[in-house]
Amino acid sequence: MTSSLQLSFQSMNNILEIKSLRKSYHTKDSEILAVEDFSYSLSDGEFIAIVGPSGCGKSTILSILCGLEKKSGGEITIKDNYKIGYMLQQDSLFPFRTILDNCLLGLEINHELTKEKKKKVIDLLSTYGLKDFINSYPDELSGGMRQRVALIRTLATNPDILLLDEPFSALDYQSRLAVSDDVYRIIKQEKKSAIIVTHDLAEAISLASKVIVLSERPSKIKKVFDIKLSNRSTPIENRKAKEFSEYYDAIWKEIDFHV
Amino acid sequence: MFSEEHYLFIKKQRRNQFYVRFTQIFILILFFILWQCLANFHMINTFIFSSPRQMFSTIIELHKTGDLYQHIWVTVYETLISFGLGTFLGLLIATILWWFPFISKVADPYLTILNSLPKVALGPIIIIWCGAGIRSIIFMALLISLIITIINIYQSFINTDKNKIKLMKSLKANKWQVYIKLIFPNSIKDFISTLKINISMSLIGVIMGEFLVSKEGIGYLIMYGSQVFNLNLVIAGIFILCLVAAIMYYCILYIEKKLIK
Ligand SMILES: Nc1ncnc2c1ncn2[C@@H]1O[C@H](COP(=O)(O)OP(=O)(O)OP(=O)(O)O)[C@@H](O)[C@H]1O
Ligand SMILES: [Mg+2]
Repeated sequence: MTSSLQLSFQSMNNILEIKSLRKSYHTKDSEILAVEDFSYSLSDGEFIAIVGPSGCGKSTILSILCGLEKKSGGEITIKDNYKIGYMLQQDSLFPFRTILDNCLLGLEINHELTKEKKKKVIDLLSTYGLKDFINSYPDELSGGMRQRVALIRTLATNPDILLLDEPFSALDYQSRLAVSDDVYRIIKQEKKSAIIVTHDLAEAISLASKVIVLSERPSKIKKVFDIKLSNRSTPIENRKAKEFSEYYDAIWKEIDFHV
Repeated sequence: MFSEEHYLFIKKQRRNQFYVRFTQIFILILFFILWQCLANFHMINTFIFSSPRQMFSTIIELHKTGDLYQHIWVTVYETLISFGLGTFLGLLIATILWWFPFISKVADPYLTILNSLPKVALGPIIIIWCGAGIRSIIFMALLISLIITIINIYQSFINTDKNKIKLMKSLKANKWQVYIKLIFPNSIKDFISTLKINISMSLIGVIMGEFLVSKEGIGYLIMYGSQVFNLNLVIAGIFILCLVAAIMYYCILYIEKKLIK
């Protein structure tokens, strides 16, 4: 607990602060400014969504937050001892590892694999309907199940902030609804904060308490929507809220969709 | 457990398989019978074409003197050594190339040229460098199998799904962990199919080497037979070589089955 670091946070409740984040990519014959200016303060337990036109830099922001890419400018501060977990669009399960071994990957890599932690992962798998598949291989699972495994793999290292990059885009509509319900429940029950990137506005509104709309590349924050639904419950139920379609229309208007 | 239809299906499949095997063996026997008949009726000159009977009696003679096993052993031994060395060095060098992209970029044109070079052209130099003995033979076989092993394994390494590598990095894996937990196990299948190519390549190399130098081995048997114009010996050598090649190949297949379920 270094007090100076703590003080740099605007609010004690904030666990992640991003200030004027900037990122450009360099290729052989050009320089692409992907993110021009992105700032946000995430508070503990918050679930936010980022939407924006294709190629505007959403994945880039998440990659930088999790350390896969270097930022070109700006500041990122994470509260002491808070860890970030990244769930990518593709489940990327290793076909030669069992479901359990896939989930233990992060713990193995960080040399944190203890009996208790392994047991916790097994509990997570059992709780979220994968008990019978613990020793199966990924190709025996449906797309929705694989996505749940991918989430549990991310949760295994016990991160505090989850970054989800279009986690459901590979699924068909039915499983998408079901899995997004599951994932929401898991994240809330495990008391995590989350940032989700999605193309699907309805998904964003139903999951998140704030929806950030990004402009086209180079991306800046265009608008932040505070989602206030009259009776917030599970994502599927949220879709039935009467304010839902108003938000949908409002956000739709903000995004420059070029189809 | 299963329906009647399923049993019928299995039965039909089995019968089908049996017919295939039967026809395969039938063709082989027919070939030998035809060959023997042609020889018996003096339609072919057995001095040049030999005959199954002469071939088998040559093999039996070799068996009686015990030479047969010595020759087979020498060839198998040389093949296994160059196979082992080729696989080990191939894996090692492919790993180095994957680990250091700079080296792989530098090595690329050299590997391409070496790969397309007919290695037998290097035969004379190899004999001068390594002497007229087993070392030349193994070196020859190694040259033939190594380059293709390196290329195949390296290709398999760099074709690993980029998203899986990204995942490993997001879990904070270091390079060694990426290699040992992802790249290598992910390439096991390709690695084993490389083994299959490699064992054939090694055998080709060894026989080529034995043609050039050597006083023992199946290649020597064939070469010697042709030099003294004993075509029975040549044909017997080729027949034995076919058997050895088949047995080694099926050993690898067996190992593959054990490793990949
Ligand atoms: N490694 C890279 N090198 C060069 N340019 C890149 C690289 N990664 C992304 N870009 C460029 O940066 C921009 C933003 O990419 P990013 O993947 O962050 O967009 P996105 O908002 O996630 O898009 P999508 O909605 O299609 O997933 C794109 O125009 C892309 O071409
Ligand atoms: Mg993206």
